[in-house]
Amino acid sequence: MTRRQRRTAAVVVLVAGVAAATALAVTAFRKNMMYFYTPSDLAARDVPVSAVMDLGGLVEPGTLKHGTGLAIRFMMTDCHHQMPVAYDGVLPDLFREGQGVVATGHLNADGTFVASRILAKHDSSYMPPNVARQVKAAELQGRKDCAAFKTLGDKAMTAARDAP
Amino acid sequence: MWLWFHRLASPPSFYRFAGILAPWLLAIGLTAIAAGFYGGLVLAPADYQQGDAFRIIYVHVPAAWLSLLGYSAMAVAAFVALVWRIKLAEAVVVASAPAGASFTALALATGMLWGKPMWGAYWVWDARLTSELVLLFLYLGVVALNSAFSDPRAGARACALLALVGAVNVPIVHYSVVWWNSLHQGATVFKPGGPSISPGMLWPLLTAAFGFTMFYAAVVLRRMQNELLIRERNSLWVRELVPVVAA
Repeated sequence: MTRRQRRTAAVVVLVAGVAAATALAVTAFRKNMMYFYTPSDLAARDVPVSAVMDLGGLVEPGTLKHGTGLAIRFMMTDCHHQMPVAYDGVLPDLFREGQGVVATGHLNADGTFVASRILAKHDSSYMPPNVARQVKAAELQGRKDCAAFKTLGDKAMTAARDAP
Repeated sequence: MWLWFHRLASPPSFYRFAGILAPWLLAIGLTAIAAGFYGGLVLAPADYQQGDAFRIIYVHVPAAWLSLLGYSAMAVAAFVALVWRIKLAEAVVVASAPAGASFTALALATGMLWGKPMWGAYWVWDARLTSELVLLFLYLGVVALNSAFSDPRAGARACALLALVGAVNVPIVHYSVVWWNSLHQGATVFKPGGPSISPGMLWPLLTAAFGFTMFYAAVVLRRMQNELLIRERNSLWVRELVPVVAA
């Protein structure tokens, strides 16, 4: 081998090694790198009451109810399971029914997720208001795209999620 | 073809070539950026959800796109520099890092400004934001490593090694929103089923992205010219070009 071929081999082995190590680490820690859990994740396991976590999903259209002051209640869905969420505080501009949201909080004893902070997730579609009006209002209101809310791929959880 | 390539790779030829090319790229880039900004900030309609706040994508998306493209180009140059020991490729690595770091910082800053009103938070530690921050640190690491060496060629080789190893982060940044749950939204332009952005909003974005890319290329070429002048300061062609240095 010439010196150049040796250098090429060394560089390729180095990059392949680092890439493989990163791929293994990323795969092993996949569930630790999730920014939030979904209602299906919670349905599939026993979650201790008052454990603080992030929960993400869509605000189920038609379930948003306003209480006194800033208090709200709504159902959060990932298209498989639903979870009631209660919140009392300032909402981001993008918050609305049908929108993806990420709530920080904990489960209380009666199975309601009590949020201390709610962030809105953008759905990555952009259009002018008149186009949005042409797309049937009902369709916009009722549309549910849960692709952005991934449930952890454990076998037990997949089974639990697919159960009716 | 190869002969032309080899001639171009010699520092004096490349210095002249870059001197001719850079002003054109800069002019094309600034024109495209101006057109993209006019289209995006004036002509494009407001968004149905975000109103006028969506217009920050005309800076954020091109900057974020360049942060990845710039790193990819730097990593390819790093490979060439390590294997073939070409001086020009070393200059690409060293010249790219500060420019790439600037665009990465711009992408992070504009994203944070948008995130506060829209998401409700300047910053969250989700996979996309965190990996983009790692990208900034990789760029800054290359800058710092280069200035830590007194021998520019040894410094460039160390930088090339870091740049190449750090390249594993590029696909992580890009696919972070696919592999993990993140607060950051997924792709809008390059996604299955076509772009989910109306044409009147899309063309200014693509124009601005093209303009940013040309501008970036012009900046890197100019930085490479300076790098070559410094590295070759004792050679005949630099002495002829800049008599003051010789004196």
